[in-house]
Amino acid sequence: MALWKPDPTFYASPRDAAEAPPEKLAYVAAFDRAAETPDAIAVLDVDPGSASYGDVVGWTELPNLGDELHHFGWNACSSALCPYAPHPHVERRYLIVPGLRSSRIYVFDTKDDPTAPALVKTVEADELAKRSGYSRPHTVHCGPEGLYVTALGGADGEEGPGGIALLDHTSFDVLGRWEVDRGPQYLAYDAWWHIAHDVLVSSEWGTPSMIEDGVVGELLLGRRYGHALHFWDLRKRRHVQTVDLGDEHQMALELRPAHDPTKQYGFAGVVVSVEDLSASVWLWHRDRHRDRDGGGGWAATKVITIPAEPADASALPPVIAPFGAVPPLVTDIDLSVDDRWLYVSCWGTGELKRYDVSDPFAPVEAGSVRIGGIVARTPHPAAPGVPLAGGPQMVEVSRDGRRVYVTNSLYGAWDDQFYPDGVGAWMAKLDSGPDGFAFDERFFPHGDAFRGRRPHQTRLQGGDASSDSYCYP
Amino acid sequence: MKDGSLAALVALGAFHGLNPGMGWLFAVARGLQERSRALVLQSLPAIAAGHAASVGVVAVLVSLTRSVVATQAVAIAGGAVLVGFGLWRLLSRRHFRWVGMRLSLWQLAGWSFLMSSVHGAGLMLLPVLASGPAPRHGHRLGHLSASGDALSAGVFVTGVHTLAMFAVAGAIAVAVYEIVGLAVLRRAWIDLDRVWAVALVGAGAVTLLTA
Repeated sequence: MALWKPDPTFYASPRDAAEAPPEKLAYVAAFDRAAETPDAIAVLDVDPGSASYGDVVGWTELPNLGDELHHFGWNACSSALCPYAPHPHVERRYLIVPGLRSSRIYVFDTKDDPTAPALVKTVEADELAKRSGYSRPHTVHCGPEGLYVTALGGADGEEGPGGIALLDHTSFDVLGRWEVDRGPQYLAYDAWWHIAHDVLVSSEWGTPSMIEDGVVGELLLGRRYGHALHFWDLRKRRHVQTVDLGDEHQMALELRPAHDPTKQYGFAGVVVSVEDLSASVWLWHRDRHRDRDGGGGWAATKVITIPAEPADASALPPVIAPFGAVPPLVTDIDLSVDDRWLYVSCWGTGELKRYDVSDPFAPVEAGSVRIGGIVARTPHPAAPGVPLAGGPQMVEVSRDGRRVYVTNSLYGAWDDQFYPDGVGAWMAKLDSGPDGFAFDERFFPHGDAFRGRRPHQTRLQGGDASSDSYCYP
Repeated sequence: MKDGSLAALVALGAFHGLNPGMGWLFAVARGLQERSRALVLQSLPAIAAGHAASVGVVAVLVSLTRSVVATQAVAIAGGAVLVGFGLWRLLSRRHFRWVGMRLSLWQLAGWSFLMSSVHGAGLMLLPVLASGPAPRHGHRLGHLSASGDALSAGVFVTGVHTLAMFAVAGAIAVAVYEIVGLAVLRRAWIDLDRVWAVALVGAGAVTLLTA
């Protein structure tokens, strides 16, 4: 039944959302790399006042094996308040959870018992394929006319093109492929938007064969992974402009547009440069000069470069041993709801950096913590004797910006390449404020807490910094 | 037109104006986006025009039909349509879909027309339209004059209704933009679409009962 008043987790503006109460639960996708036990949604207690704070207090397993849960999202969010198609009396209660390897999409209901999400629907891979022409569903965003699900692969064994499938808001049926004119984009990964400007942005990783068995050295050195951003007319569903970051910048992944709907800029993380193994963060923005030339009006500027750290080849896994250095591998970034802080995960070196991006063209590093890392294996302060594999990977920020959650697995086959002796499983939380950025020593679920699975994306109850978009400043 | 009908027209107009989904919210959003009160004010007439077009089509159609068909038949058929439409609105979980914030004023008027139409804004006026005195028949000039009367009745109904809608939507838009702020939506935005659906069913029932 619909609500009489708007769902209390919907906020008109990012300013209002930053006042939201702290989350009490976090949902974490956890997968079994061996595909011997089902993947699961782990529910974490993140209420500091609770006796089970930092524990896995809920665990819902999937009915199948080998889905490889990865990213996921809510059925509804603050965009339901958008004025052109308002429907704010729906509830934020369903988690839309794609299996990146199986191409199934699961729907979990979190309402009746938030610590025990109940599976209510499964969209099978062949339905996704038949209706949208896609496979390998990835990012989920709640939009005004449906759920947008990016997909990395084509259907029926086709490698590509990847793109976006549209799902119905209420039935979660696959409505079809979103694009009317996809232009030159073939590789796919993430997508988000400037919703108040009718602009969609998408990024590139690789096709299924380029990623599913691990990173392919020849393709990487041949600069064949994605290295461009794409800009779209969100209303007409047409590709407008490609902004190539340069083919040395391999794998342009996570997209974090400004939450302020009057702004038109955002950040994109690039995993690695094949020239010097550095990683980078790019700012996309409107380019007035190009606009005058009729070029579509978008440009991207590299605003953060993180260099590789020299290391003894004997300490490195075979995939990077020849280079004698650890690449930072920026695999995820996240922007706080107030657009002030950008968090950057360096999964290779084991570092989580915080930047003040008040001036988005000139980020200022304002804090860094070390944990895990290919060579460093830095332990968590709560367990100083336990060297950690994996590094800060999926990073999620609370709506008020004070708490940052991070998990350590990247993607099954890639974990195995970069951490061949086992990536382990851990999750950490950091407290972030104007005067500090440090681990919460009370919060460190790890090892057996995840029951042999690897934790990936975190979604916070009520929404987080990468779940909602806003139509009002 | 009876005083009661006039009051009902104004009240329905105010009710439509009150609904954020019918456009004042869009006007506020456009203003906030550009930090411009002028844009709020510019948007309102376009929204009202779209609403008027949607209501006007129904009003004129019903008035014209009444000038040629027995008024009772019109009331019964109209009432039945209304009850059915209201029930569909009440039970369906589908909502109006549209993408796009960057609209010209013409597009905004078109949006408003569609939004009002799918919500059955004009249909809600049916009890008022169906309750007026039947247009004169057997007149020397026959249908011509009757349709002229019907047309002006339809235009009058549309005008009064839209004026009330415009006044209420405008007042709310300016108040929210200038003083109240959008945080009020979280507390005050009750599901008017459901109230609306019940109103449609009620309007249909009244029309049927008084037919």
